[in-house]
Amino acid sequence: MLKNIQLAHGGGGKLSAELIENEIVSRFGEGPLKGLPDAASLDEINGKIIFSTDSYVVQPIEFEGGNIGNLAVHGTVNDISVAGGKAKWLSLALILEEGLEIKVLRRILDTIKKSANECGVKIVTGDTKVVAKGQCDSIYINTSGIGEALPEFNLSRHFIKKGDKILVSGNIGDHGMAVLASREGINIENGPKSDTGTVHRLVQSAYKYAKDVRFMRDPTRGGVATVLNEAVSNTEIGVLLESSKIPLDPGTSAIAELLGIELLNVACEGRMLLIASPEATDKILTDWKKLPEGKNAAIIGEINADKERVSIKTITGGIRLVDVPMGELLPRIC
Amino acid sequence: MKYLDEYKNQGAAEQISKQIKLLSDKLYVKDKKINIMEVCGSHTMAIARYAIRELLPENISLISGPGCPVCVTDTGYIDAAIELAEKGVIITTFGDMINVPGTKKTLAICRSEGCKVEICYSPLNAIEIAEKNINKEVVFLAIGFETTMAPNIAMLEIASKKNLKNISILTAFKLIPPALEALSMDPEISIDAFLCPAHVSAIIGVKAYEPFVQKHKIPCLIASFEPVDIMLGIQGILQQLADKDPHLENQYARVVKYNGNEIAQQLFNKYLEEYDASWRGIGKIPKSGLKLKKEFAYFDASAKHDVKIAVGKPNKACRCGDVLKGKINPSECPMFAKKCTPMNPVGPCMVSSEGSCAAYYKYLRK
Amino acid sequence: MCLAIPMQIKDLLDGDMATVISDGAETKISTTLIKNPKPGEYVVIHAGFAIEKLDETEAKIRIDLFNELAEVNRENYAG
Repeated sequence: MLKNIQLAHGGGGKLSAELIENEIVSRFGEGPLKGLPDAASLDEINGKIIFSTDSYVVQPIEFEGGNIGNLAVHGTVNDISVAGGKAKWLSLALILEEGLEIKVLRRILDTIKKSANECGVKIVTGDTKVVAKGQCDSIYINTSGIGEALPEFNLSRHFIKKGDKILVSGNIGDHGMAVLASREGINIENGPKSDTGTVHRLVQSAYKYAKDVRFMRDPTRGGVATVLNEAVSNTEIGVLLESSKIPLDPGTSAIAELLGIELLNVACEGRMLLIASPEATDKILTDWKKLPEGKNAAIIGEINADKERVSIKTITGGIRLVDVPMGELLPRIC
Repeated sequence: MKYLDEYKNQGAAEQISKQIKLLSDKLYVKDKKINIMEVCGSHTMAIARYAIRELLPENISLISGPGCPVCVTDTGYIDAAIELAEKGVIITTFGDMINVPGTKKTLAICRSEGCKVEICYSPLNAIEIAEKNINKEVVFLAIGFETTMAPNIAMLEIASKKNLKNISILTAFKLIPPALEALSMDPEISIDAFLCPAHVSAIIGVKAYEPFVQKHKIPCLIASFEPVDIMLGIQGILQQLADKDPHLENQYARVVKYNGNEIAQQLFNKYLEEYDASWRGIGKIPKSGLKLKKEFAYFDASAKHDVKIAVGKPNKACRCGDVLKGKINPSECPMFAKKCTPMNPVGPCMVSSEGSCAAYYKYLRK
Repeated sequence: MCLAIPMQIKDLLDGDMATVISDGAETKISTTLIKNPKPGEYVVIHAGFAIEKLDETEAKIRIDLFNELAEVNRENYAG
């Protein structure tokens, strides 16, 4: 029994076939993937199609609270969800480094299966390649996803109005800090746990107020600060956040303080921001808090007429800018 | 976080704000500002991050002094680090140095060209890297004030005990008290009080400021980097001015002791000696730098690898010198946010993540 | 950066090192710069080193002072 991935596993021959049969078909072989056709034949869907793709190169591939497999499913499902869609099908493309331990690959594939089930999506097509040692970092994954648009949503940052409120679904910055804390040279134990997870139930729960929801986004790379700055760029509106209202995990905060990092700039992988009318945000907040993934949800700020500026009121009462973070703050966190 | 979160007390902040207003009204003199200078990058950042300057009444002016060690170090230091990297030395450094421009490039660019530049969270990481790469030379970029000097020199003690021969440091150590003296003697600036750094003070002790306060008789107040502590520190300074009772006050007694950290001070005496350091944007300040004694030349990257740190020529249009001395506010520099931004810094104040201009740009620009 | 953060010593380790803890998260630091570190004590950490012990009595005095100020502020609003 081979312990590590060999170049031949990607060669298309016997070893390849064995790998696919043992690891891919065994986990995802029902439905469109059955019989391993070159492409998946899918059912018709009603209405508009929402399509998203993302590649995952996180380092390390396993971290406190998750692994690259979680991200690969949640990331793409979340992009579809916050675009106002219900994710249905995912493709799964793997690039494996020669030498990757097969038991590690299995852990990641098990995680992908579990996450896909949790999100209610099927893996319907995919690809596996192997590159020589040193030509990639353990494993890179691409997932592309198809979903059906939820027709009542009419989302655009240009619909955001003065007086609208900003909701976040839970503690911010856990994922980025978990990955950073798992890195060499930092030696933190029992540190922050990644928040990797699906937001599709949160989006579904907000659907009944769809006509008052203007904008949704999952704050991945660059964090909440980046999403909000992008939202108000080239508009007549701005944002004022209230620092005391921003939900933070104490352990994540502690490590952020230790490393001098601003959590508004740190990626989340299982959270979403939603901007809606004040009445709708109050109701959505109440519903979100009933879901486990929404238990720490909070209204963190509101929209004003401070053109293209995102500001925050701090504990002192003073107000300062929340800028887009600069450069390589936290490389390869998703 | 214990003994950190408890100090983020909003109610106290509101009350102190009111008390500051009362005191500043009492001290009000037409067309005259009370200039309080802070000399630590961490104070600069905290004040900007919590928008404290914005809360203060008009007649109180909070000036950022030369508290950012990267800002006051010559471009030549980065050039020397790059020269070492290009010679095959493994450069180990804190993250904030990686994008500081040298004359031709940054360490980040140098790394992308194949040089070994490792980001460290502690000088202990440099020891680990030296142990793992015993046939290569490792240099740690040891730049900083007294707070950072202590871990750097402690690291050399540890390296000695482990008998590590392949590690050395490129030093640019600067001292705060001589800087206070130089700033006080500058005829072009008028400083009414100093807000003294939290952790530099933890190392040097309250006693280190006594000669200065005795000579100049201006308020010197040691405060932590917590926003409410800073506000109460400002109130304390204003109270001293109102009572016409300038003195040395320690409002960070939970960490700063009268004698400071004596182990650190003994290590400084063992390994280091004073010299007249050149502060970028200010010029030479007597006895303001510490360098390794000749008997420790084997730990001195400059001596060991025969690399010199050149004193650079300042850009004529750059007003950093005036910003560093607190003569002008970053927004008053004609290049601020136009030609000079964090992405394309011209001068040192914008270059470092805790420089006055960088802090202003990030948190306060209009 | 002169940022230094208080954490509590959990265990002392060989070679002048210690495990410190805050909100459940643990990390290892050097105690080279500290006299007689003991488990349970709070130290201020900078760049992987404890640079000073935190005096809990003084720390509490300051916390109490802030709480008093907050109380005065509350009373002013009410009154």
